[in-house]
Amino acid sequence: MSYGDLEVLRGIDIDVVPSELVFIIGPSGSGKSTLLRCCNRLEEPDSGEIIVDGSSITAKGADLNAIRQRIGMVFQSFNLYPHLSAGGNVMLALRKVLGKPKAEARQIAEAALERVGLADKIDNYPNQLSGGQQQRAAIARALALEPKIMLFDEPTSALDPELVGDVLNVMAELKQAGMTMVVVSHEMRFAKAAADRVIFMDGGVIVEQGAPANLFANPQHQRTRDFVRQVEH
Amino acid sequence: MDALLQQFFNFDIMMQASPIILRGFGMTLLLCLVVIPMGLLGGLAVALASLSPIRAVRWITIVFVDLFRAIPPLALLIFISAGLPFADIRISPFTAVCISFLLNNSAYYGEIYRSGIESIGSGQTDASRSTGLSATQTMAYVILPQAVRNVLPDLISNTVEVVKLTSLASVVAFAELLYAADMARSVTYNASPITFAAILYLIVLWPVVRLLSRLENKMQN
Repeated sequence: MSYGDLEVLRGIDIDVVPSELVFIIGPSGSGKSTLLRCCNRLEEPDSGEIIVDGSSITAKGADLNAIRQRIGMVFQSFNLYPHLSAGGNVMLALRKVLGKPKAEARQIAEAALERVGLADKIDNYPNQLSGGQQQRAAIARALALEPKIMLFDEPTSALDPELVGDVLNVMAELKQAGMTMVVVSHEMRFAKAAADRVIFMDGGVIVEQGAPANLFANPQHQRTRDFVRQVEH
Repeated sequence: MDALLQQFFNFDIMMQASPIILRGFGMTLLLCLVVIPMGLLGGLAVALASLSPIRAVRWITIVFVDLFRAIPPLALLIFISAGLPFADIRISPFTAVCISFLLNNSAYYGEIYRSGIESIGSGQTDASRSTGLSATQTMAYVILPQAVRNVLPDLISNTVEVVKLTSLASVVAFAELLYAADMARSVTYNASPITFAAILYLIVLWPVVRLLSRLENKMQN
């Protein structure tokens, strides 16, 4: 993916290679979430180009709804549909976008929920699930569409500390399975353990990027040093 | 006391008037079956128009809603039934009632739907669109089911008002329940037929308002 000039984001140019896990860190207001939301055009970039899996999603007449199926997204506040069961959440796009028959959609939903450890929760409604379970159901909802890339927007920020581990475990398993992932998060331990590359953003620009070991141990810029020291205490 | 009972609760007169009153009751039910679904659908259209991305459409909708919420429904009904013939448009009392109720109810139901839709956070749209659902599908499968559930007490409450307002049709000589009862009253010189009509309204609406109270309590908890 590459980006041209944006208002909140300036001169950003990133390539994510298949199966790479890219971590984006930075202070709030640095544009990380905006960058992520540009990747499936929930946010409209003013200019520049974004290419996912070979096709430009910013091209005129690009079929956004078709493109978005191949880009999974997970949100800080889960955003499960409260009027549908966990299974119903996973099945909605399978039925209405991909046009799968009910029985097949249900099978796919079962498999996706099993993958995140929620096989027995398929008929539970979101208000019957813990925060960690809700977020894993939201991951299953995205996974069921067999995306080429998964975007995570602070997936653990709204969770109680003891529930964070379950979600990170699911993400680590996805990484193992070769999923391409872009993650906005402050989970530094997870970044060190699982990320291929860490990008530090501030003020709408990429300040520096590199392998997690390098970036955390030996930041080149003062702003990066300050931020890393703060989040690591 | 006896005079009071004779004048308002005379059972013999109620029985005498019952054929005409029950026919009027049937017409009231028929009227409800037509104007309530029309209002619910018209209101949905108004709500969607009021959230349109096109500014002109939103602007027209605001004028429509303000206009028909401000005009008294009785004035609107008389205007349509008595005014349109001067424009050489002849319509039956039933059609006049349906048109005026559609205009009035769409404005009220529309505002209820709109507040329901606006109560749903943008995260729901983000999630839905990110899985490839179109804007229309998002509205139909994600936003509206939640919105309607959130404003269900208001929708029911407004529907109770609509049922009561159907008695306005008596003014344009549509033979619904109140018209029939008032006919019977004027023939018998006795108010008992009106009491009878009031009891019929009560039988229909009391369970609904009871349900409404329970629903409102449930949603507060």
